[in-house]
This record gives sequence, C-alpha cells and structure tokens, in this order.
Amino acid sequence: MSQTTAKSSPKISLLRVLGPAHVWALGVGIVLVGEYMGWNFAVGKGGAYAALIACWAAGLLYTCVAMIDSEVTSTVAAAGGQYAQAKHIIGPLMAFNVGLYLVFAYTMLEAANAITVGFLVDTVAGMSGHSGIDQRPFIVLSIIFLAWLNYRGVLATLTFSLVITAFAFVAIIVLFFGVAPWNVDSPLKHVELLGNQPALPYGWLGVLAAMHFGLWYYLGIEGTTQAAEEVRSPARSLPFGTMAGIITLLIAATLTWYVSTGLMPWEYLGQAGVPLFDAARLSGSTVLMVILGIGTLFSTLASANGCINDASRAWFSMGRDHYLPAWFGAVHPTYRTPYRSIIFLVPIALIFALGAPLDQVITFSIVSGLLGYTFMPLNIILFRRKWPLDTIKRGYVHPFHPLPAIVLLALCGVTYVAVFLGYGTQLVSMVAFYIVVSLWFHFWRYQFVSRGKQFTMPWPRPKGY
Amino acid sequence: MDIWNMLEYAAWGLSILFGLHMIYDWYKTDSTYSEDVLTSSREGELEAMAEHHKVGS
Repeated sequence: MSQTTAKSSPKISLLRVLGPAHVWALGVGIVLVGEYMGWNFAVGKGGAYAALIACWAAGLLYTCVAMIDSEVTSTVAAAGGQYAQAKHIIGPLMAFNVGLYLVFAYTMLEAANAITVGFLVDTVAGMSGHSGIDQRPFIVLSIIFLAWLNYRGVLATLTFSLVITAFAFVAIIVLFFGVAPWNVDSPLKHVELLGNQPALPYGWLGVLAAMHFGLWYYLGIEGTTQAAEEVRSPARSLPFGTMAGIITLLIAATLTWYVSTGLMPWEYLGQAGVPLFDAARLSGSTVLMVILGIGTLFSTLASANGCINDASRAWFSMGRDHYLPAWFGAVHPTYRTPYRSIIFLVPIALIFALGAPLDQVITFSIVSGLLGYTFMPLNIILFRRKWPLDTIKRGYVHPFHPLPAIVLLALCGVTYVAVFLGYGTQLVSMVAFYIVVSLWFHFWRYQFVSRGKQFTMPWPRPKGY
Repeated sequence: MDIWNMLEYAAWGLSILFGLHMIYDWYKTDSTYSEDVLTSSREGELEAMAEHHKVGS
C-alpha cells in the first residue's frame, strides 16, 4: 500500500484510496444482512403482505435518505458523514447528537451481527450433530478480527467487504433463479400459502407494527457518507455508490420477500432465525443451501465490518473537533486509520454482544438510526435555504425538493409509532439518554471546542446572514 | 474432544492474538510519535495533503 513518510510529515491524515465500488460495498455491506435475517419479524408483526408494504414504504423512506444524503455529502466531503453535515448546516448541538446516533446505531448493529455469527456457528454445529457449542469465542473473534482488519487499513477492509458483499448479493439472485418461479415445477407455493386467508391478519395496525422491522431491509445505507474523507473523488463516487446501493437493496429486498413467502407459511417465517437459509433448505437443493449458508455468514461479517468502519469515523471526527477528548482524533501514522477510536469501540461492542438480548440490541440500533433519519429532512431544507443551488457546486442535486424531505419526515413519524408500540420503554429511555448527554455537551463539553476551527468547508456566507 | 471443541479453542486463541497485536502496535505507535503528530489531522486539509502524497515502494 502506498504511504507517505509519516515521521518527517508534520501532518497525518486519512488516505484517499477508495473508489465507488468500495462506497457501494460499505453501504450495501452494512445492510444486506437485513435481507438474510431480521426483516422477517415484520411478517410476524402483520403477515406476509404487511411485510411487503413495509418493505416498499421503508424503501421509499431510504430512497429519500439516499437522495438527500447524496446531495449534501457531495459538498461536505469529511469523515463523520451526517455529523459533519449537521455541524456545518444546523449547529454544534445537533452535530453532537447526530454523531452519537451514528456511533450507537453502528456499534449496536455490529454487536447484533456478532451475536448472529455465534448463532450461525451453533446452527451449523447442530446440523452436524454437535449440540451445546459455546458461541462466545466466535462472537469475540468476529468483533476482534474485524477490528484488527479495520485497524490495518481502509483499502483492505473495504476490499474484503466488496468481495463478501458481492457474493451475498449474488447468492440472493442465484436463489431466485434456482427456484425458477416461471417454471410449473417451481417449489414456490404462493397461492397455497397466501391464498386462503386474510391478506392482513392483524389489519392495518399490523402494517404499522411491521414498519419497525421494515427498516431492517435497508438500515445503514446512509453509512456510505462516512467514507467521504477516504474516497478519491467524493463528489462523484459518493452519490454514485449510494444510489447504486439503494437500487441493489430494493431488488434484494423484493426478491427476498418473494422467495421466502413462497416457500414458508408466514406464521413460521415471522419467527425464523435465518429465513433465506431456511428458504434454500426448503428449495430441496443442496447447492443452494450451501451458497445461501455462506451468503448468510458473509453478509453478517460484511455488516459488522462496515459498522466498525463507520462508528470509528464518527467517533474520530468528534474527537478531532474536540466534541469528545482530542485523544480520539489520532490517525495511525502507517495504516492511516483512526486507530484509537477503533480500539475504544471494541469493548463496547463486546459488552453488548455478550451481555444483551438480540432484540434489545437491534432496537437500540434502529432507534438511533431513526433519530438520525429525522434530522435529515431538517438538514436538507436548511441546506437549500441557506445555500441555494446557485451558491455551492454540488456533485448531485436531488429532484422534487422538498417532497423527499416531507415524505421522509412523515415516514419517520409513522415508524416512531411502530417502535413505540413494540418497545415504548426503550424508545423513551433512549430519548431521555440523548437529552442528558445533550445537556452535558451544552453546559460542559462545548467549552473545549474551538468554535471557529470546526467549520472547515470553503462555502460562501449563508443566505440571509 | 471433537472438531467443534477445537474450533472453540482456536477462536479464543485467534481472538487473543489479534487483540494483543492491536494493543502492542497501539503502544508502539503512541510511544514512537508525539501526540501533536498523531492528532494533526484536520478536516478540510486533505486536498492539500494529497498534493504531498508520495507513492512508496
């Protein structure tokens, strides 16, 4: 890998070595595990068709997220992604909160992925006749190995993600062609499984409840922006990678729903641990079973890998701006990674992976993500108002403004209700947590922030100021 | 002891190795370079940095 002579250089920075394919791998890699597991709890909440409605409603939400993010991040090419956007467009308190949303959303998702790795190893061991395996060493190894990989350099990390994410996506396509829906001998039984019962067994309330896990199809695509400081051509690569990513996920999510609901009764599907793997087993093909088994493991590792990358960049950025102790703003002189932030987040992920229930960890991640999505409509409306299109050159301009922002805000509102229905206490607790840390930041931490230096973009003065 | 028990021990062993390697490198880096150098990264200065970037062997 290319490197500068670090000892003689007065400055050490992150390296610009990534291309659009790495951006795609970062975004899709974090999310694709949601197709392999987790999305199907939406089926349990409201039935198969409710999960499909949630799939497309959440798809609309995330398309808005991708469009808005692509426009803003093509101008704010800094590590920290939405944190850096909030800092420049709204203000320090919003930025501090957004930074924490990002760190918690990704670190909790990483923990959930590690728990899943342990579950997968246990499943395979069970299939080979060994029961009662200790899952902990596999959970710990997945977190520490991926942290080590992230520590050693971003190019190797995201190239690894690119390979295993591409395999996991192709595996879904292979499954679709493997069950050959156009063939009369296809194992898909949609008519038998879905035809003789109410389309929405729990009515529209079930659809609302399904939205909670409907996010799982796409949660994390916004993580592409964290690569902004390490991508070679951010104004081109970030919008391209992000939009290609959301298109990939819309295809993968719809195919996943279609194949899974055609092979399993919705009552079973709604509780399955690894639905796509189960679908492959039910297809009767050993080859498909092996491919989807590997795909499940790869998607889980790709997600945890991307989460470590993104959480550490957000934490590093806040340290660099003194929103957190400046010690976290260090860059490794050889590997050019935010090594202290990577190491610091390892024990936090381990504590949650080894000591918290999976659904609570997932909900922690979802709510933190949702709070971040709520910030985005406000962000883009203020961005367009303060810096109209003719004042700053953008790498991408999203269409129909402010419609995507309004749709995103409305869908976030619906999803808050859905989360409140299932995990009301946790939602309220987390909002209380963010209020407390906001007070800490406002009354104590902000005195350490150099107020002028934190605004780094060479933008003109905002309109009206 | 079957293959799965051996894999458990291997996973523990590899976890310790990767963890210790990171901690050793962290200690070595922090004791080799000054804090000013390690925390010298600044948002928005990357374009200027890229011009000084040299491809090494």
